[in-house]
Amino acid sequence: MSTPLLKSSSPVRVQPSPPPGAGDSFLNRNGSVLAIVIKIAVLGVVLALAIYAIPLLIHYQMWMWLVVMSLATVSLFVIYTTKHFIPAKYLYPGSVFLCIFLVIPIILTVQYSMTNFGDGARGSKAETIESIVANSIKPSADSPFYNLAVAVESAGMVDSGPYTLFLTATGVTDPPVLFGVDGGEVATWTGEPATVTDGQVTGVPGYVLLTRPQINQQMAQISAIAVKVPGDDQAGIRIQGFQAYEGSASISYDAQQDALIDHATNPATVYPNQKIGDAYCFVDQAKGQCFQAQSWLQNVGAANYQRLLGDSGVRNQFLAAFGWTLIFAFGNVLICFLAGFLLAVTLNDDRIKGKKLWRSFLLLPYAVPALISLLMWSQFFNRDFGLVNRIFGANLDWLGDPTLAKVAIFIVQLWMGFPYMFIVCTGALQSIPSDVKEAARIDGASGIATTFRIILPLLLIAVAPLLVSSFAFNFNNFNAIKLLTDGGPSIPGQFLRGSTDILISMVYKRAFGGSGTELGFASAMSVLLFIITGVLAAAQFRLTKRLETIA
Amino acid sequence: MSSSSKQMLANRGAAQHHLTGGRWFREVGWRYIVAVVALVFAAFPIVFIIGVSFDPRGSTTASSILPSSISLSNYQTLLGGAKGPFLRWYLNTIIVCLLVTALQLACSALAAYAFSRLRFRGRRGGILLVLLIMMFPNFLAMTALYSMFTDLGTVFPAIRLSTLAGYILALMGGSLGQVWLIKGTLDSIPKSLDEAAIIDGASHFQVFRLILLPILVPIIATTAMLAFVGTISEFMIGSLFLVDNDTKTLAVGLYGLLQGDKSANYGVFAAGAVMVSVPVIILFQVLQRYIVGGATSGAVKG
Repeated sequence: MSTPLLKSSSPVRVQPSPPPGAGDSFLNRNGSVLAIVIKIAVLGVVLALAIYAIPLLIHYQMWMWLVVMSLATVSLFVIYTTKHFIPAKYLYPGSVFLCIFLVIPIILTVQYSMTNFGDGARGSKAETIESIVANSIKPSADSPFYNLAVAVESAGMVDSGPYTLFLTATGVTDPPVLFGVDGGEVATWTGEPATVTDGQVTGVPGYVLLTRPQINQQMAQISAIAVKVPGDDQAGIRIQGFQAYEGSASISYDAQQDALIDHATNPATVYPNQKIGDAYCFVDQAKGQCFQAQSWLQNVGAANYQRLLGDSGVRNQFLAAFGWTLIFAFGNVLICFLAGFLLAVTLNDDRIKGKKLWRSFLLLPYAVPALISLLMWSQFFNRDFGLVNRIFGANLDWLGDPTLAKVAIFIVQLWMGFPYMFIVCTGALQSIPSDVKEAARIDGASGIATTFRIILPLLLIAVAPLLVSSFAFNFNNFNAIKLLTDGGPSIPGQFLRGSTDILISMVYKRAFGGSGTELGFASAMSVLLFIITGVLAAAQFRLTKRLETIA
Repeated sequence: MSSSSKQMLANRGAAQHHLTGGRWFREVGWRYIVAVVALVFAAFPIVFIIGVSFDPRGSTTASSILPSSISLSNYQTLLGGAKGPFLRWYLNTIIVCLLVTALQLACSALAAYAFSRLRFRGRRGGILLVLLIMMFPNFLAMTALYSMFTDLGTVFPAIRLSTLAGYILALMGGSLGQVWLIKGTLDSIPKSLDEAAIIDGASHFQVFRLILLPILVPIIATTAMLAFVGTISEFMIGSLFLVDNDTKTLAVGLYGLLQGDKSANYGVFAAGAVMVSVPVIILFQVLQRYIVGGATSGAVKG
């Protein structure tokens, strides 16, 4: 019996002999030497990474990552060192990435959504106490002062840290070089000898020293560094300008009362651990708020969701953003599709010359990377020198007026999106038999009626799945908002959203935008966004009939 | 044949090829007008930004839309590094896009092969699960990604925030993003092809690499192209991760350039936009056939 693949018309021709280049190994099920070498190398590297990381993960108490790392390594060895689990050999690489960088973040987001994670609540309770105590360190009359050098391990870390401090006592000839890192204890430097010029450390082998302008630039981060002094819980080294000093903390933690005690006042002030709002913190009872606005990461249950759905002000802003997200995504698809469809119908005529050339030029906006298109258009809508105002001789504040900003967004989306719909519709039009149109014309239908009553419905059947995918894509089209309007203009009295913020850009603002970031609350919004996206995905599954084709 | 019928035939010929003015316009001519309007809308912004990039004054103050004079000063400023290490951003973007695209396609192609050709328990469920999970872009979990990489960075400094390696890994949440398109193509390739090879003694990996992979080249080229261009535009995770000037991508760098001083940096930004877009536009024109094919099969450019 002849198999279809032996026919010359089949897309691929199979040679009866092994393909060229395969050589003898084609018959050897164990693969080539090179393949074995690569396999051993990859397994070796992963094993080395695991051996390096596991003690560190235990040290930092990152239990979840310990489990993930161990599971990934063990399954790698089980899958690739035996002859079994053939499907797993193909699924492993993608699944590992998918689990670590998509599934775990989603699970973590759900966890965060039930915490008070955010500014003033990032670390553990112990870290919070340590930071408050360190911040209360002040120099006294007899405090030793040090000349300060700030160093990093490589030039690329100048902006990010972690920073190492090198200290030399002032007013001492040939002072010993001390060093310390944030949260660590100060010690005498015993590494390769440092260069000391005029009592100031000017070079340490293996370190890059920050210049004064660089220190100034990172001052916020550097001045937060606190180095402990061994043997004295209340003492610590802090930074003041370009110097460091050893001082004593005025605040201490009393574990029995579970309170912070400030000895600088007379009598000492007690800040007890109490609940304010949803979360616990050390309460400044005189002000009725958290001492220094500091709290720690803790479980708050459903409080974020209650705020999101229960507080009418917050809920209304969320719903308004949701409504605009729907309008934005639906409007985008609608105008791009209509423009693309009408253009495709117009140009789908054999009497038009140079159709290929027209098509090439009309595709131009699709070829420009979305990022460039958006940044470019954000300039075009500038009130003072933007292209749009200059062409029309107008002085409209496109990005400063809520309605105009929305119009601007749709214009840009039309520009970016119509070529895609144009290609798709042109393709679909060619599959509609011409006798359909012929029949309509004989029946006396006008051109417009034929287009909208006969061609459009037929075409919609073919392109509906693409329209649904396009809708889903636009629903979370962060760039389109962030790069064009940044969600603005802002609405008085609404702190969550600007007038053009879609849900995803609203979450971004709450989590990372400027002041008062609330990661826990933003995560709760993310979770709602997951749910909405999931519903959309379900609709997409149904409409695109993907499920039916899974054999 | 009578002369009148000859005349009729000639008329009909004329009607087909040379419609008289008014009728030609009603049936064909207006189509050109629509096409020209669409063309102006599509092309003018691009032509304009090219003009700005050559205008030494950045065209923000000029009264005319056309550049007042032509010079390369914006390009010189940009490449000279006065506004940030543009070439470094360019290189970073190429590295990120190449690696993300290559890893994503490798993972997707391998998984597509398993889903299309191998029979195992949980296969149907597996496909469904992957499809469902991939519906959630991982930037929705941005808060978690951010703190996750802060944690991981203390153990693996090489992938901490503000490194390209960490950023590339963060984008690998979409590792199986192309699995559906590739599986669809694989399903359309007759199975008897690999069965024959297996009878000849080929292993499952040889079937994949030597028989199926060559057939998949067109779809892989299309999806690679779209993934590559989509990654150029990735901004959200980039803006969170890449804070050092030296590890920024074009997306983050150019955004910062415009945020810095809109009117003063306009011309320089335009030069950057041209340098980023022109190679991509050329690539699109060359590969137009494949792109059109990819678009109609459901590939969405980022």
